[in-house]
Amino acid sequence: MIGQSITFNVMLGTALLGATAGTIGTFAVLRRRALVGDMLSHAALPGICLAFIILQSRNSIGLSLGAFGTGLLAIAVVTVITRWTRTKEDAAIGIVLSTFFGAGIVLLTLVQRNATGNQAGLDKFLFGETAGMRGSDVQLLFATAIVSLVVVIALYKEFLLLSFDDDFARAQGWPTLALDLVMMGTLAVVTVVGLPIVGVILMAAMIILPGAGARFWTNHLGRTLLIAGLTGGAAGAIGTLLASPLPAQWLGVPVQEFGLSRRSIPPGPLIVLTAAAFFLFALLFAPQQGVIAHVVVEVRLRLRITREHLLRALYELSEPSLPNRPKISESQLHAHRTWNRRWLKWWLSQAEVHGLILRADHSVQLTQAGLVAAAEVTRTHRLWELFLVSNAGIAADHVDRDADDVEHMLPAALIEELEQRLAATGKLPMRLTDLPRSPHDIWADG
Amino acid sequence: MMHCLLAQFDLLEPFRSEIGQRIVLVGALTNVACALVGCYLVLRRMSLMGDAIAHAVLPGIVLAFVFSGSMNIVPLFVGAAVVGLLTTFLTQTLHQFGRVPTDAAMGAVFTSLFALGVVLLKWYISGVHFDVACVYEGSLIGVALDTEFVGGWEVPRQLLIVLPMVALNVVVMVLLWKEFKISAFDPGLATTMGYSATLLHYVLMALVAMTSVASFQAVGSILVVAMLIVPPATAQLLCDRLSRMVLLACVFAVLSAVGGYWLAHRWDVSPAGAMAVFAGGMYGLTVLFAPQSGIVSAVKHNLETSLRILREDLLTMLYRTEELGGRPLTAGNAIAAIGGGWLARWALGMLKWRGRVVAEGDGLHLTSDGRERAKRLVRGHRLWEAYLVKHLGLPLDHVHGPADRVEHFINQPLREELQRAVDDVQQDPHGRQIPDFQL
Repeated sequence: MIGQSITFNVMLGTALLGATAGTIGTFAVLRRRALVGDMLSHAALPGICLAFIILQSRNSIGLSLGAFGTGLLAIAVVTVITRWTRTKEDAAIGIVLSTFFGAGIVLLTLVQRNATGNQAGLDKFLFGETAGMRGSDVQLLFATAIVSLVVVIALYKEFLLLSFDDDFARAQGWPTLALDLVMMGTLAVVTVVGLPIVGVILMAAMIILPGAGARFWTNHLGRTLLIAGLTGGAAGAIGTLLASPLPAQWLGVPVQEFGLSRRSIPPGPLIVLTAAAFFLFALLFAPQQGVIAHVVVEVRLRLRITREHLLRALYELSEPSLPNRPKISESQLHAHRTWNRRWLKWWLSQAEVHGLILRADHSVQLTQAGLVAAAEVTRTHRLWELFLVSNAGIAADHVDRDADDVEHMLPAALIEELEQRLAATGKLPMRLTDLPRSPHDIWADG
Repeated sequence: MMHCLLAQFDLLEPFRSEIGQRIVLVGALTNVACALVGCYLVLRRMSLMGDAIAHAVLPGIVLAFVFSGSMNIVPLFVGAAVVGLLTTFLTQTLHQFGRVPTDAAMGAVFTSLFALGVVLLKWYISGVHFDVACVYEGSLIGVALDTEFVGGWEVPRQLLIVLPMVALNVVVMVLLWKEFKISAFDPGLATTMGYSATLLHYVLMALVAMTSVASFQAVGSILVVAMLIVPPATAQLLCDRLSRMVLLACVFAVLSAVGGYWLAHRWDVSPAGAMAVFAGGMYGLTVLFAPQSGIVSAVKHNLETSLRILREDLLTMLYRTEELGGRPLTAGNAIAAIGGGWLARWALGMLKWRGRVVAEGDGLHLTSDGRERAKRLVRGHRLWEAYLVKHLGLPLDHVHGPADRVEHFINQPLREELQRAVDDVQQDPHGRQIPDFQL
């Protein structure tokens, strides 16, 4: 059983790894190079094996250098392939990834064949071995985190420009190739350091998930990096914790009955699943760019459009007898435009609640407030129609649909401008209830 | 384990032993199954979807195994196809509704599903013959040893899975040949013509997922990725027709199995890894030496063009000095005038060797052959200048530069056409004689 202090040590290590990978990975995500992380972690394997064969030791610095070397080689090969052959970038990444990894597997079998007793440790690069983290590993992670942080802070504005508009950066005379190499190089360093902890595939996840998730919360690069770092770190710590026996102890559940048998579920996948949970949460609940926020905005807009259509229909039906407010039968209303009946019913009740209309035995009457609101809506519609007819030269019997599409989106400033322009040409009656007359017969295409 | 087995069976002649034949057979069929669907992945620029699906099917396999309680292939196929489609669907959805870039969406989905797969695996199945390492590397040797008797033949059990998979892929490819073809090159057109590109996409993804599963046991996910992408990409470098590309991809797939096994046997290493390396090696050689698009032929072509242009520049320069009647240029001056360097010296050497230029004393002189060629070039140059002035109205001091660049690419028909276009003038805009020459 892992003791509490060892667990906390491992948690510190994975949190550091998660934070570093998340921060640097954000740039990879922004530069549409998310899968380069995947490629790097696969391409590191032959380097690790080669370094082991040459050095005959499991010194992590040596192995990391090997991994770093083949990682850079992989990036170079992909660049050459995409630049000079007709193979596209995705296929190039796939080719390099699988060939390098195949070479890694080949070398791994070679190493295993020449077994010398201490070779077994190489397997951990495939699947990761979080629990075996030692103090020196945590120190290495700490150093990596510091180095990456320094690189990111020192080159913040260069990376910012490179991430969002590399053509502009090139035009401004920045050494984009060198900056790109520094960025990818840092990514390679982090990947290599993280490999023995979470393994090949899951390292790619640590690079992609926090950055992709942080993008939902903010449009500001600094904040994105911060959020990516924090969620990555939290995912590392929580995942490790979940894999340890501690939660069971804290809950007072005897370890044997805790469902998960801790020995068998490695922390790596749990870290990734935690990061995935953070990502999913951001995807759904981020205030502006989250899916739920999008749905809410969309639904609100549709509701508003339906309400405005209803008000305008009522206005148009009431128009002949203004300033009196006649009762309009629901069948008349139904015939006026194409409605979804159930929506219409719901909306009528909503309008009644808001005091816009009065309803009595299958007929509808605008209230005074309702009339004002309806007049406003109709005004916008007709202003736009008039504008299209007078300024865009669209035939009078073609404008209703166009105006219908746009009227709900017209900002107040534009409406004012339209009013002024139309008033200047003497086409705008100014009293509220005295709307501009519809340029077409309302019943003709209602 | 592997080396013990190899030692035990003492495979001296890789392809003559029955085990070797079985490994190559299963490997080749697996590779062909992958290469068939891989062609369309590569063409639709979705190669990494193959990578993603090959990894993401893990939870599908585990769940299928848990619920069916056996390694029976049918539930595994169903589970994998479902998760494979789910991967595609989630990636698309993330991209569309979450506005995540496609690559990040794909990366997020497949790594999360893979992690889920590992957790499920460890949770439900502890330590039985279902090993994560097997997902990576596969076990071709194990497959070759696990045999069954069918109609009196002892065949690897895996063959009974892979052979139908190849057949299924072939049948679908043949039946939907033109639909897949058109959606591979122009999905928009396919949709407007009434073949749903989306539906075809999902059919393809289901095939990829099922092929991955059928191949896992034998070669592991990494070789699946290699075989999905590398042989088709190699074939793509060599031809411009889909039918040829598919056939070539299959040839490369078989070659990878044969060559990879040979390497593996030679060095006693993982056959799956060696096959991936062999395929990558073939791709590398193709990139370098492909007759048309290869890097070597591109470099050769560039070098030849540069040399030709330098030679032609030398010839015209000597012609102009002759025309002006000045002292003949020295070799050093001539080389310096066209930019210097080893390429220029090489070009001058070629001219001398071909008998177009001779060095007499200090100066360089054109031979009569060289003079004819120089005349041809200068004629093209000056006709072009005249044309630019007459028809494009360029000022005099703007025509030399363009003519200098174009002169190397003006052939006889074009010269005749230019001559007609400038009404057979005898002098260029600068007042120099446009030389005539005998063909």
